[in-house]
Amino acid sequence: MDFIANHLLTLILFLPALGALVMLFLPSEPKGLHRWMALITSLLTLALSLVLWVQFDRGAAGFQFEEQYAWYQAINASFHVGVDGLGLTMVLLTTLLSPLALLASFSIQEKVKAYMMLFLFLETGMLGVFMALDLLIFFLFYEIGLVPMFFLIDQWGSPKGERQIWGGIKVPSRAYASFKFMVYTMGASLGLLLAIQLMGVSAGTYDLPKLFKLWPTLQHAPQVPLGIPFATAKTIAFWAFTIAFALKVPVWPFHTWLPDAHTEAPTAGSMILAGVLLKMGAYGFLRMVLPLYPHEAQHFAGWLAFLAVMAIIFGAFGAYGQDDFKRLVAYSSINHMGFVVLGIAAAAKAIGTLDATIALNGAVLQMFNHGLSAAGMFFLVGVIYERTHTRDLNEFGGLFPLVPVYGGILIFTSMASLGLPGLNGFISEFLVVRGSWPIFTVYTAVAMLGLLFTGSYILKGIKKVLHGPLNEKWVGHLTEINARELLVITPLMVLMLELGVWPAWLLEVINRAMSMLFGA
Amino acid sequence: MATETLLWFLPLFPLLSFVLIVLFTNRNKALSHTIAVGAAFLSFLGSMVVFWRALHTEAFAEHPFSSVINWLPTGDTWLKIGVRIDPLSAIVLFFVAWTVLMIFLYSVGYHNFGQPKGDHDHKGLPPHGATVTDEHGHTHTVPSIEPMYSRFFAFVSLFAFGMYTLVVSDNLLTLFVGWEIMGLCSYLLIGFWFAKPSARAAAIKAFITTRVGDVFMLLGLVYVYALTGSLRYEVIFSPENLHMMAEHSSGFLGLSAAGLVGLLLFIGTVGKSAQWPLHVWLPDAMEGPTPVSAMIHAATMVSAGVYMVIRIFPILEVSKEAGDFTMLVISFIGAFTALFAATIAVAQNDIKRVLAYSTISQLGYMVAAIGIGAYVAAAFHLVTHAFFKALLFLGSGSVIHGVEHGVLHTGDHHVDPQDMFNMGGLKDKMPLTFWTFLIGGFALSGFPVVTAGFWSKDEILGDAFNNGHWWVFGVLALAAFLTAFYTMRQITLTFLGRPRTKEAQHAQETPWTMTLPLVVLSVFAISFGWTGIPEHFPLIGGLLPNWFHPWIISTLGPHGEAAAAEGSLVPLATSLVVALGGLYAGWLVYRDLPAGAEDPLKKPLGKVYTVLQNKYYFDELYDKIFVKPAVWVSEVFTFRYIDRGLIDGILHTLARFSVFLGGLFRYVIDDPLINGFGDWVANTTRSVGGKLRAIQSGRVQQYMVAALIFVAAILVYFVTAMP
Repeated sequence: MDFIANHLLTLILFLPALGALVMLFLPSEPKGLHRWMALITSLLTLALSLVLWVQFDRGAAGFQFEEQYAWYQAINASFHVGVDGLGLTMVLLTTLLSPLALLASFSIQEKVKAYMMLFLFLETGMLGVFMALDLLIFFLFYEIGLVPMFFLIDQWGSPKGERQIWGGIKVPSRAYASFKFMVYTMGASLGLLLAIQLMGVSAGTYDLPKLFKLWPTLQHAPQVPLGIPFATAKTIAFWAFTIAFALKVPVWPFHTWLPDAHTEAPTAGSMILAGVLLKMGAYGFLRMVLPLYPHEAQHFAGWLAFLAVMAIIFGAFGAYGQDDFKRLVAYSSINHMGFVVLGIAAAAKAIGTLDATIALNGAVLQMFNHGLSAAGMFFLVGVIYERTHTRDLNEFGGLFPLVPVYGGILIFTSMASLGLPGLNGFISEFLVVRGSWPIFTVYTAVAMLGLLFTGSYILKGIKKVLHGPLNEKWVGHLTEINARELLVITPLMVLMLELGVWPAWLLEVINRAMSMLFGA
Repeated sequence: MATETLLWFLPLFPLLSFVLIVLFTNRNKALSHTIAVGAAFLSFLGSMVVFWRALHTEAFAEHPFSSVINWLPTGDTWLKIGVRIDPLSAIVLFFVAWTVLMIFLYSVGYHNFGQPKGDHDHKGLPPHGATVTDEHGHTHTVPSIEPMYSRFFAFVSLFAFGMYTLVVSDNLLTLFVGWEIMGLCSYLLIGFWFAKPSARAAAIKAFITTRVGDVFMLLGLVYVYALTGSLRYEVIFSPENLHMMAEHSSGFLGLSAAGLVGLLLFIGTVGKSAQWPLHVWLPDAMEGPTPVSAMIHAATMVSAGVYMVIRIFPILEVSKEAGDFTMLVISFIGAFTALFAATIAVAQNDIKRVLAYSTISQLGYMVAAIGIGAYVAAAFHLVTHAFFKALLFLGSGSVIHGVEHGVLHTGDHHVDPQDMFNMGGLKDKMPLTFWTFLIGGFALSGFPVVTAGFWSKDEILGDAFNNGHWWVFGVLALAAFLTAFYTMRQITLTFLGRPRTKEAQHAQETPWTMTLPLVVLSVFAISFGWTGIPEHFPLIGGLLPNWFHPWIISTLGPHGEAAAAEGSLVPLATSLVVALGGLYAGWLVYRDLPAGAEDPLKKPLGKVYTVLQNKYYFDELYDKIFVKPAVWVSEVFTFRYIDRGLIDGILHTLARFSVFLGGLFRYVIDDPLINGFGDWVANTTRSVGGKLRAIQSGRVQQYMVAALIFVAAILVYFVTAMP
């Protein structure tokens, strides 16, 4: 037991990868073996992360469950992991969504072994991002997650559809989407890697807790590459971080990879993409940009807020303009993540004030909430897609009498996504709006236009799928949501409701973490 | 049970009912309605206990029932929420409990409980009737039970949860939670028959239009919260905070913080209470089942908007003292809406739509009253209106039901059972419905002395007059005349004269579950006015204690027009003239209208009538300036132009440039230069080798000759080169 207690984080981190490695040596048939193996592995990971949640000392400042091992001593990088309230919340979200996504993947029939293995590797990659306390380790995990996701989209994505690029050339949509996702993200990561190198070389360490103390006040460095002034180098590094994370969130106008990737990915892939991968960008802002570059962040906060508001508004408009159900949901992520960034921008502007703390509480809670509702929405789109093999909203219509249980669940989840008071999304959006109003009054007011259109696109989805005259085509073909699918969506619904009514258990962890990280 | 504990339970009974019906009893109709009506009854009982205890608490305003808990952690502090019943909310609780219970009961009959299943009924469409054979072998078509009967009771239960939450809240945040949950239920219930495209469109219109107001209200909420650090009434209405908000400049159009907060919150009311220019959703909301119209769109949800503005009256008051125009805006919107909606009501033929516009108009009265500071009169009218308008809606539902009976009898489904011109003479067929509708209609018109509506409306007019708001007084008086006129038009067309269609001839009185609520509500439509008869009223003033005014004033403090009790008899005379005159004119114009006749006003009013009938073309206007552009911005501008065109275009250009660059490297540098050089070296070596091969013949003699020539050449070189 001591071993578990002392190595809790690394156990959580590597358990999925370990499971995947074991699967490597198993025969690829029967498929059920791999499904269950993957599910059980991720459930064990969840169990361990619940242990982590319970043992976490809410009142203590700094990182907990830290583990540090020698890794790349020549350049002073070490394998250093640990969590605070922020990391813990994200670890919980990741380990919660992974088994649900795997359970949702039970309907996958092709190359099951490879699929499940990639998914487990993906989980390790995501967890590493939220635990890493060393910049190089962080970057490593940040990039590792791309590879499984690339193959998930490219191999198991929706088989239909083509995308025209230029000169009349057409490529399969999933190839287009996976390539765009991969290259776009890696392009931005290039700057991130260079900035990390710059910091590591200038400060002589990659260790985050050390950098938190050292970096913000560092005025001179012994060796800045190319001989540029240190202040300039710092600003460049700030932008490199910002753009890399802004692309991941994604912030307008770096968002167009998202609708493609989310739409073409398999259902579980979309759940994880929206549920967890987007959070890495926001997490990057909170873990790195704000603590390492407080002055630069404060200086450029107005720009970030502007882009966030653009994301809120144009994300909502983009969603409203879709006839593809899945793309509608994909655009809604841009809209919702815009509130996270707005909260972060407001906090960056007025760091240390009560308004900033409230905005940050809202932003982190919104990350968690969006993880639940977006995963739920993508799953529900997947449920109906598996039965009808279409995502075109105009092909549906009046399905409510055919699938009353599914319909009720869809309305419930849609309302959570819409931010209906009483469900989770409202609390976080309210806190973000409350926090950013005194800081960015005009931007916050303009963001309300996005909130209004959130209603429009959510209702458009319900209108086109469930309501209206029944499309007779589906009578006898559309079956009700099954028990396995109910098992996927129920935990999400319970949490959405619970967090809307009584969010204090989660919000208190977030609140303390934010107060200790950014408090006055 | 302690009253404070009881308060927490009031919203929970209907919520429990919702959960039970959705999860467990949705297949059992009788059990579902038993649970729903039972839960509404428990909440009703609880509310009456609370109300009774409130009446018997000394200095209740200073010691309201309240209890508080921590909800959201914010830094070192908590955002607290709680429940609270003070005199104002006790009154609201009173009428909410009564109307909700009555409407739940009414719904049982309205949805044809006990009737057979329909022949061709589908979920999502109203029931079409069932064919039954009696013992003599005759077949009849009778009303059939609603196919989604249980679902209806689940939704209205959730709605009741929202309304009770709003009333017992001690803060603006949970008030907003209840407010929005009601908005959801309104959406679900307007679109209850979701397979009808018109119902589906109306539901979305209602949700989005009210959401326009809601997002502003949300801003108002966060503004108050940011200023005072709380959302609880106790804190935000404390004298220090009010003073601070009045002093603090908002930086927007010269308003003080109080003025801006008031304006933002008021826009929420404009949406929820369907005030111009966000009124367009309420008439369409009549697509929903009639109990929904009665409960949500007359008695409770739309009243919640007015309740909220009364709640925040202290803020409005200090904003006025700070010289802000917020109150002026409120009075203008209210008065304008009151008149504007009344004119439209005159030219509507659908029995429910007339009532819908009437509701908008009456809510405008209350809003105007608040705008001129007469918040007590507004609260009074809020209560009386809730009773008589719920009564009228339920009465109209009963009428429609009766005429539908006739439609099923004749089998002619082209006859619209909601068109008043297809009715007439229902007085004798449906006497209970008639007499109760008459009471409700007279209350709405402000029929002197006996009806509740008279006392509350008279008070608004009196306050406007005595405080010198001439234009508000004039507009409202004119609207009052129109109100009496269209009400009498409705009563005359529906109940008086002779039946104008066969269907009206065969109309039938509805079952007791529907008529009992009518009787109960009509009692309140008369008697509730007696709680607020002013002391100075000629002859009967002071006979009954006027407890309503001091009771409400004690909640919010002696603000506004508290001193306006003294006054002239002009407003009283005016309200007598407009009420009686309007009623008489309505009767005069529409009595004994023959079958098939068109509206007698159509000719004299000419084009004006067409404009009124088309509601001043607001729907068309909004479609043109808001809906269509929004669709264009979304589908074309955002998605096609910006995302697919511009941003992806840039990305594709970058990608294409990369591909081009790759090609350049390959075809210009790699292939010709690097590969080319390598190939050239190899090729040249090879060809040189090939050429040299000729001398590698393997014959020794040849090699000897070559060697001799070579040696000779060297010799020659050395000999000639040597000095």
